[in-house]
Amino acid sequence: MAIHRISLTVNGEFEQVDVPSQMTLLQMLREKLALTGTKNGCAAGECGACTVLLNGEAVNSCMVLAAECDGASVITVEGLAQDGVLDPIQQAIIDHSGVQCGFCTPGILISSRALLNRNPNPSENEIREALVGNLCRCTGYLRIVDAVKDAARRQQA
Amino acid sequence: MTINAHPELPEFDYIRPASLVEASQFLAQHPGDARPLLGGTDILVRMRDGIWRDRYLVDVKKLDGTSEIIFNEGLGLTIGAAVNMNQVITHPQVQAHYPLLAQACRRVASYQLRSRATIVGNICNASPAGDTIGACMLLDGILNIHGINGLRQEFLAGFFLGPGKTILSPGDIVTSIHFPLPPAGWAGTYLKLGRNTWSDLAIVGVTVFGGPHPASASGYRFRIALASVAPVPLIAAAAEDYLSCTPPTPENFAHAAHLAAEACNPIDDVRGSARYRKAMAQKLTEKALQKTWLEVTR
Repeated sequence: MAIHRISLTVNGEFEQVDVPSQMTLLQMLREKLALTGTKNGCAAGECGACTVLLNGEAVNSCMVLAAECDGASVITVEGLAQDGVLDPIQQAIIDHSGVQCGFCTPGILISSRALLNRNPNPSENEIREALVGNLCRCTGYLRIVDAVKDAARRQQA
Repeated sequence: MTINAHPELPEFDYIRPASLVEASQFLAQHPGDARPLLGGTDILVRMRDGIWRDRYLVDVKKLDGTSEIIFNEGLGLTIGAAVNMNQVITHPQVQAHYPLLAQACRRVASYQLRSRATIVGNICNASPAGDTIGACMLLDGILNIHGINGLRQEFLAGFFLGPGKTILSPGDIVTSIHFPLPPAGWAGTYLKLGRNTWSDLAIVGVTVFGGPHPASASGYRFRIALASVAPVPLIAAAAEDYLSCTPPTPENFAHAAHLAAEACNPIDDVRGSARYRKAMAQKLTEKALQKTWLEVTR
């Protein structure tokens, strides 16, 4: 069983980690770097609870091997707030009560952040399509969608 | 078949060869035990379920010719094996010249999965439900392959042998897929039925690609590919032939859809019954033909 020494930046910090071949990016973040904000929901790439930004793209971290991430840049939910100031999407989801149990929330925040980065003024349909891969059992999605619309407005302002 | 779903992957070795030659040699030396890795969106699921137990995953993503999308006005479009579906969808030349391909990619799973999933992976995984396979076949996609005997090309017709089975041999690595320039004035539609609006695997998928074709008696040609209705992605040949000799009227589209459904040989599975699939294949084929015709005549 091979061990790979990988170097990457996580939330702006340089990290060097030894990972076995079969360790996923999700496992590495949680177990090696103690970044437990990113969650394991399905281990199958379907629920989106494990969503992170990998080189700027939203991915399911349970579907990426840590060994594939040598030289990569990763942003997790812990990296959204800057200098103690919440990301607009974080503030908006609080303001719109778009959180109940909170388990889907880190993934929702990262997917929404990725959407607003590539499309600063999304339509409702575009928001819903972007969040297809983030399942929420609690909220019914309405307040989440409102929060994303609001975050887009706040960003433009 | 028992599924042993477990959140952790089994033990294996992740190999990253430095060249195509090295990669093909390694794969050929470990037949049945080593698999090329692109996006991993099918592989990781199968390994966690205990269905695939390869000892080696061979990452071919950084090898020559796998990372680019190249469009040439005279020759067409070449998409590298490692290009993810989101990259395909947003590429200006794909949108301009091969919108059917972007349409098909967009129906796959979710944004996060499309950041990793690849068209070449979709093809090599050879699920009859593959969303992009129909578009690739109707656009006359050609696979560029590096094997132990060097480079070669394979057409998609005849590539698929059964669910999960292709004509590829150990050592073969598909490095890219090439699409010739599409015929002028042609349009395409991909309609997919799932248990939800987005993200599910196809219960039935219908790809239509058609337009002006002077050599046909009708003056038009419509090509039809069906997903999830047979052991392999299916071309509805009888329906295609019918439409090449009859005028493109609603009645003839309806009859062609009936012929397409007749050609289907679906199974019952968790997503739908064979009877339902056949009925839906007919409905979707008719709809897809009508939609394509609207686009062609716009």
